[in-house]
Amino acid sequence: MDTQCKLKITDLDLFYGDFQALQNVSMDINANEVMAFIGPSGCGKSTFIKTINRMNDLIPDVTIKGKVLYDGVDIYKDFDVIELRKQIGMVFQKPNPFPMTVYDNIAYGPRIHGVRDKKKLDDIVEQSLKGAALWDEVADRLHKPALGLSGGQQQRLCIARVLAVEPDVVLMDEPTSALDPISTAKIEDLIDELKKEYTIVIVTHNMQQAGRISDQTAFFLTGEVVETGPTEKIFYNPEDKRTEDYISGRFG
Amino acid sequence: MTTRHHYSKELEHLQRMILRMGCMMEEALKKSMDALVNQDITLAQEVIDGDDRLDDMELEIEDICAKLIAREQPVASDLRTILTALKIITDLERMADHAVDISKIAIRLKDETYIKPLIDLPRMADIAIQMVKDSLEAYVDHDADKAEEITRRDDVVDGLNRQIFRELLTYMMENQRNITQATSFLFVSRYLERIGDHATNVCEWVIYAATGERKELNS
Repeated sequence: MDTQCKLKITDLDLFYGDFQALQNVSMDINANEVMAFIGPSGCGKSTFIKTINRMNDLIPDVTIKGKVLYDGVDIYKDFDVIELRKQIGMVFQKPNPFPMTVYDNIAYGPRIHGVRDKKKLDDIVEQSLKGAALWDEVADRLHKPALGLSGGQQQRLCIARVLAVEPDVVLMDEPTSALDPISTAKIEDLIDELKKEYTIVIVTHNMQQAGRISDQTAFFLTGEVVETGPTEKIFYNPEDKRTEDYISGRFG
Repeated sequence: MTTRHHYSKELEHLQRMILRMGCMMEEALKKSMDALVNQDITLAQEVIDGDDRLDDMELEIEDICAKLIAREQPVASDLRTILTALKIITDLERMADHAVDISKIAIRLKDETYIKPLIDLPRMADIAIQMVKDSLEAYVDHDADKAEEITRRDDVVDGLNRQIFRELLTYMMENQRNITQATSFLFVSRYLERIGDHATNVCEWVIYAATGERKELNS
């Protein structure tokens, strides 16, 4: 399969007021691949992942320069932000289900996008939960509160909620950092499944996780991308000494 | 700020163990050659008896590597350093076996009068030993250039091997009673030539550890 560039970021600068959080970031993110962002805290990875679906729009005093092209279209110029976030969904560090039933959590997105048909909603709920490898565990408690699920189940519910609106890209900001190893393994398996249909961008502090699940890795340091490349290359023979020091845990 | 002191210490320990195993192997080879030249069977027996310690050392280093991989999840050059250690010890162990082979020949020839004074064989051994010593230093220093330089000395070892072969052939043609002894010396020459090849392998692994690239230098 030919790799197709899903997101093309060119010369991106981002300022919070006077503080420059991202500097001259450029990278291509390929369709149907997993791109992992690694780097120490405060290096700009979360800021950067948020620029991909314009979550930073909500923060006052943010200035963004440069381009983010999604399928060739500039998301900061030619895009309706609601439509953008439908196509580029996001999963956060802490599972954040809505305080409603499992079913309603998943149906929430499709409903606000105008789906009313009960049969169709049932279908979306089932497919999304199956897609997030959660169906078997919650099929008999769809109408129970989502907050009663375990942490790992809640996180998969959040992934299912993203899938329900049929996105194209799924952004994940440290999706497993609050989970136990078994839930983590389930999410990792899930990511591997999901990349067949979606493009996935994941921020992770767990280096081994980046090594296990991603196709490409980008290493961030103080707002800049030090090195981007195939994950194998980054973990086996990185170009930059700083990348090597970071992945082998020599500074933190 | 540097971190992971324990890990760094373990990696240093691994490298020191490799150097120690290298020293033991060099020592064994030196002794086996002295035993051969001086027909000293006590020394030869010492080499044969000491080989178990080298084998133990190989196992010990394997364990260190396995534990480092299991507990520290090494990546990049650390990982290559550990993989290289695993490869190098195999070469060192084979070289040590050849030292034992030479010692056995020394014992077999203990009562014979040599057909010629041994000059080129010890020279070969000296070059091979120096190759091993330098290649292990290059390993610890991650010095790919030095490793590549060392491999060129293998040509001298190979040249000596061919020269010794021709010389011994003349002795054998001259008098067929020389054949048994000359054949033994040919074996010694062959073992030393193999040791040079193993040293070249070590150098290739050193280059791999330092750069991540595999180079075939054993032509």
